[in-house]
Amino acid sequence: MRPSFSGSVEAVVIGGSAGSVELLLKVLPRLPADFQPAVLVCIHAAANTTQGLVELLAERTELPVSEAEDKQLIAPGHIHLAPGGYHLLVERDRSLSLSLDPPVLHARPSIDVLFESAADCYQNQLVSLLLTGASADGARGSLRVRQQGGRVLVQEPTSAAVATMPQALLALLQPDAILHPDEMAPLLTRLGSSLVHSVPP
Amino acid sequence: MTDPVIEGIELELLLQALQQRYGYDFRQYARASLLRRLRALAESSGKLRLSELIPLVLHEPAFLDQLINGISVSVTEPFRDPRTLRAIMDKAVPWLGSHPFLKIWIAGCSTGEEIYSLAILLEEAGLLARTQIYATDINTESMRKAKTGVYNLEAVKNAEDNYRLAGGRKQLSDYYVAQYRRAKFAARLFERVVVSQHNLATDAVFGAMQLILCRNVLIYFNRELQERAVDLFAESLVHRGYLALGLRESLRTLPTGLRFEEVDGASKLFRLR
Repeated sequence: MRPSFSGSVEAVVIGGSAGSVELLLKVLPRLPADFQPAVLVCIHAAANTTQGLVELLAERTELPVSEAEDKQLIAPGHIHLAPGGYHLLVERDRSLSLSLDPPVLHARPSIDVLFESAADCYQNQLVSLLLTGASADGARGSLRVRQQGGRVLVQEPTSAAVATMPQALLALLQPDAILHPDEMAPLLTRLGSSLVHSVPP
Repeated sequence: MTDPVIEGIELELLLQALQQRYGYDFRQYARASLLRRLRALAESSGKLRLSELIPLVLHEPAFLDQLINGISVSVTEPFRDPRTLRAIMDKAVPWLGSHPFLKIWIAGCSTGEEIYSLAILLEEAGLLARTQIYATDINTESMRKAKTGVYNLEAVKNAEDNYRLAGGRKQLSDYYVAQYRRAKFAARLFERVVVSQHNLATDAVFGAMQLILCRNVLIYFNRELQERAVDLFAESLVHRGYLALGLRESLRTLPTGLRFEEVDGASKLFRLR
């Protein structure tokens, strides 16, 4: 049985692979400066390549952006990016952990690892968004988000640079919404605002 | 799907059983990745819940190795994060070389790639013959592999660039023999090495070292255990000794970190004040 969605969203987790950097650069800058939830992002990236994306995002977004650091406290309205080469996990005390555990589905950082740990922590106060990509990473994690009562969003496959990732999710569960790129920031903004309980699933 | 709160109780009980039965204390490990590993171990043991591992911990001594090795598994490569090794060679070696005899502790030596990497660089610096390297880990399976010095040939070949970035002056292939798809490092590199089991969560100071390397271990600990480990390092170093951490590890948030000064911040090389 699905726990009911309580209203306030404490965090948004976003995952993607091939083609997702361009998309993030369009979506994240459209989040408002007073966006309340923390944003945790996992993009498949090799070691030492994430800092460039942080800089690109920092130029374009109103929200503070940084590479996630081990034991860092998760801040509301802050965009934390998983560093390339490390898994990013959410601890129950709302701090971040990094790990060098083996890659999952050939990926480190792994979207499943981020989504599953975030689902355990935030439960029904979590929203996940899975973007374009050429692997099945993120599908299992999205399922866990759903099982813990969070909301699952996915990119509409035909709008994806590579549809494998959203299709893998759709094969596993029916998400709360299937979104075109233009719809992502507005929905996240609505879900992130205090008016959230008036938005139907 | 287990409720996270209930699974949290199961995890506590399992870790407590392990601690009371064998003294292995994982209660201060970073929870999220520990939980992932234990779930995987339960799954591979055909168990649905973490609490089903408790009887195995209590009554099946043979399960202990499987458990410890399962939750402390690690993956590494020769000359990983070469900038830290380079910083050691450039900044610490002049001071290290001023000692007639050197003691170096690799805490968390894993499968041993770091031991050979460091031994090679020390040999090139003319220091290996008067160095004793103490390599420790809690994972007995990793330690066994470390002693063999045999690795996947492809992985070792791929380390050639990093060897040079770390300051290596020859060819990495000068140091190993390739056979089939394996590379075996020269036995002389291991002559000055002692491998032993040591647990940073429970064991004591490890005598007067000039240099300690503990890379990518602290990220698996919670803040309290990080504090304990860094304190242990401070107590295990001689005055002005060096400490090298992983590239994503930091002393900044730890009170005991104040005992160290930063030598090269980006390379995570520190020195006892």
